Amino acid sequence: MRGCKACINDEADNGPNEDRRNVRGSHRVETSIVASASAGQPDTFPKLLLRNARERGARVAFRHKDLGIWQSWTWAETAEQVRHYAKGLQALGLKRGDKVAIVGYNRPRLYWSMAAAQWLGAVPVPVYADSVADEMAYVLDHAEAVFACVQDQEQVDKILSIADRLPKLRHMLYDEPRGLRDYDHATLHDIDGVIRAGAEALKASPEAEAALAREMEAGSGDDLGIILYTSGTTGRPKGVMLSHYNVITAARIGCEFDGLNESDEVIAYLPIAWVGDHVFSYAQAILAGFCVNCPESPDTVIDDRREVGTTYAFAPPRVFETMLTLTMVRMEDAGPLMRKLFHYFLGVAKQYGEKILNKEPVPLKGRLLYALGDMLIYGPLRNRFGLTNIKVGYTAGEAIGPELFRFYRSIGVNLKQLYGQTEAGVYITMQPNGEIKADTVGRPAPMVEIRIDDSGEVLYRSPSIFGGYYKDPEKTAETMTADGYVRSGDAGFFDETGHLKIIDRAKDVGKLSNGALFPPKYIENKLKFYPNIKEAVAFGQGRDFVAVAVNIDLTAVGNWAERNNVVYASYQELAGHELVYDMIAKHIDEVNRSLAAEPLMGGAQIRRFLILHKELDADDGELTRTQKVRRGFIADRYAPLVNALYDGSEAADISTEVTFEDGRKGVISARVKVRDATLYPATAPARAA
Amino acid sequence: MNAEPINVTGEPVKSRKGEVLLSVENISLRFGGVKAISDVSFDIRRGEVRAIIGPNGAGKTSMLNCINGFYHPQEGQITYKGVRRPKVRPHQAAADGIARTFQNVALFKGMSTLDNIMTGRTLKMRRGFFWQALRHGPAMNEEIEHRKVVEDIIDFLQIQHIRKLPVGKLPYGLQKRVELGRALAMEPELLLLDEPMAGMNLEEKEDMCRFILDVNNQFGTTIALIEHDMGVVMDLSDRVVVLEYGRKIADGTPDEVKADQKVIDAYLGVAH
Repeated sequence: MRGCKACINDEADNGPNEDRRNVRGSHRVETSIVASASAGQPDTFPKLLLRNARERGARVAFRHKDLGIWQSWTWAETAEQVRHYAKGLQALGLKRGDKVAIVGYNRPRLYWSMAAAQWLGAVPVPVYADSVADEMAYVLDHAEAVFACVQDQEQVDKILSIADRLPKLRHMLYDEPRGLRDYDHATLHDIDGVIRAGAEALKASPEAEAALAREMEAGSGDDLGIILYTSGTTGRPKGVMLSHYNVITAARIGCEFDGLNESDEVIAYLPIAWVGDHVFSYAQAILAGFCVNCPESPDTVIDDRREVGTTYAFAPPRVFETMLTLTMVRMEDAGPLMRKLFHYFLGVAKQYGEKILNKEPVPLKGRLLYALGDMLIYGPLRNRFGLTNIKVGYTAGEAIGPELFRFYRSIGVNLKQLYGQTEAGVYITMQPNGEIKADTVGRPAPMVEIRIDDSGEVLYRSPSIFGGYYKDPEKTAETMTADGYVRSGDAGFFDETGHLKIIDRAKDVGKLSNGALFPPKYIENKLKFYPNIKEAVAFGQGRDFVAVAVNIDLTAVGNWAERNNVVYASYQELAGHELVYDMIAKHIDEVNRSLAAEPLMGGAQIRRFLILHKELDADDGELTRTQKVRRGFIADRYAPLVNALYDGSEAADISTEVTFEDGRKGVISARVKVRDATLYPATAPARAA
Repeated sequence: MNAEPINVTGEPVKSRKGEVLLSVENISLRFGGVKAISDVSFDIRRGEVRAIIGPNGAGKTSMLNCINGFYHPQEGQITYKGVRRPKVRPHQAAADGIARTFQNVALFKGMSTLDNIMTGRTLKMRRGFFWQALRHGPAMNEEIEHRKVVEDIIDFLQIQHIRKLPVGKLPYGLQKRVELGRALAMEPELLLLDEPMAGMNLEEKEDMCRFILDVNNQFGTTIALIEHDMGVVMDLSDRVVVLEYGRKIADGTPDEVKADQKVIDAYLGVAH
């Protein structure tokens, strides 16, 4: 199949073609991965770190923007810091096999904490920094963490508040000392202080130096390298155990697939507890030797990315969505000439941009127009997004709206999709350059084997898959088959070109009472493509028809309200406004039209909808920490609203308990209106899928 | 406050709490026939958070204006750091270590957050206009030093993301924070806050409370604040003075003030 496509391309375009060479080379990639894995190379992260210090000691390894200035550490300095840190931790009593919780945003010292723990054979357990105390208590207790390395006072306070549930926790280390001066420092330490103490201890005794080196040498690739807790879309978080070998293999797959090397730059801003960040900002950086940039604060990521000019990016669709929404909102405020120009060239990009990126034939006029647009619009836009130097960008974690995906590709950003899971050490499928489709997630990644079972569930096997869930053999047995495949829990199929297409969670793809297919996420994603809709929840399993509840996007709709003299005091008021309902009704109408035009989807059109009176929030348990909607939970919580959707009533009263950021609870009450939507006759031929 | 302004690990200042930093004795202030303040006395001790409360028009802001030399009381004395103060002008008070924020945000709307906070350093700049204009040599070094202080404040108040934005475009809560930053840039010994939490939502209020406490804890800055949110006042302050119609009706710890019948009648609302 691939040969055919390459042939077609060869005829069409005779110029040198870098992208296609990558595609053709993918067989070679596989063999070289196997070869390098078996050669006597460093097999743990501390060993790789020392290799970097030897081979590229003067190159920058970490940057962190602090006090408005990018502070940097070379690989040599990083290795030195980590070595001292490891000694400091050893002096505090950290031993092989101990678990070390890491809590906070992306900071060099927290990444070093992982490396220092691994140096001693201890296992880092990164935890979502914004998880509420109860969730954090569960993970820290389940992982039996004896040390916790945290970012600042907020995390220290949070862990102190649950200390009685963590009998095993002995020491806590922090990165930022602000506000902690008056705390009891018997078991609380400044990370810098621990590093300094380690340095002094090493200076004082050459024996300690040798002992520390032996400790590192004792580690091997098969050792447990890290435990990553899954965010818990369903039930309690599970601890995914990955060995050094698993993670290094995963990192190697990605590095070789896209030719990453030491000259690359990434910005680390995703939760450190997410497998994506762990592989992209830690494992691949150490393996390929490229630089990890830590932003100043979570709010400055876009500006910081611009300053650094990252060459490689990884982000959930939400991040790309936010950037686009902000731009579109600002463009609405621009002058009429600018707006005209902008929309005209976006049209040009839509027509030719992707073809140019894919090296497909494009008429000369198109090329010239696109070049002009690149100068006037696309270039500045890429610069604004901080994507000027981007070689390759990935989106994963959730399906991306096709329009959103095409937008970025059309302005010249090589955005690709990958499909991954924590259990796989991230990679399952990836899109090779030149074979990008908006609605599939690509071909199996190198070294990954995929099988689709009878129920449509995707199963995979590779050298990077996990060794089991920590302290949960039952769940492990449920997930792993006897022949070493992992059940992904997702339903999907291979299309005619060999690309995997994911429909939904296997257990979520349902049926309406009349037997029509009901893929909730598919419908939700169609809705979420509209900048005005932030979240959508579709109901319909076993029901007569599909109904949705949506969250409006306060930025986009708020801006619209300002321009249209719609007065509102709160989210709730705006959400209940008639004109807002009219606007959302229009979007739903378009979604229904497109569903009607697709095979098998005609029956899944939205018949009724409402706009929720509050934003769905992870603090209230309505979203997971990775911002996925928890459909079942929402259906229970908003039962009166769901009933109103189906019993034909015009409106329903609801009051819900909400959790404020400080942990206090309150109640929000509202009367939420329900509206009907227009349905269209299914136009697509009923094609067998 | 010692020479090192943003000294996170500075010496503990609590020990000095108790020594009187500023005392107001029998002050009266009139505008023509209107008596804004009549015969009020109280003191502010080093290191404490001192709240001034009272119903609208009680003379709270006038009191702050007297303290920082904006108004001059017709009668009475103000003693600051043990020295009886003659009529001072606001800039002299500022040079003496008194900084303030205003009830209505008074920032330079067109300037960035960074520049606004930098203006708080004006009094500390030593190089003259000539060198500043050249922006070379000693003036440059000086600017770098000041920038460091300003960046520390930006970090402290967690406003990195708005560093380069014009403050006029910022939400009100953030503008208030920038104003606090500008006051902090003066490295004040006494910080006067006029309704620092007015018009803020719950979350912004909590942030502001934390910043005020942190300023007080870490830099040992003495704080006098006017505030209407009773919960905030009772939580934050060490001592509270209550004004009504320009007169002092109570003075003491939050608990004492809360229990005072006159305060309950006058301020906390009892049917007349």
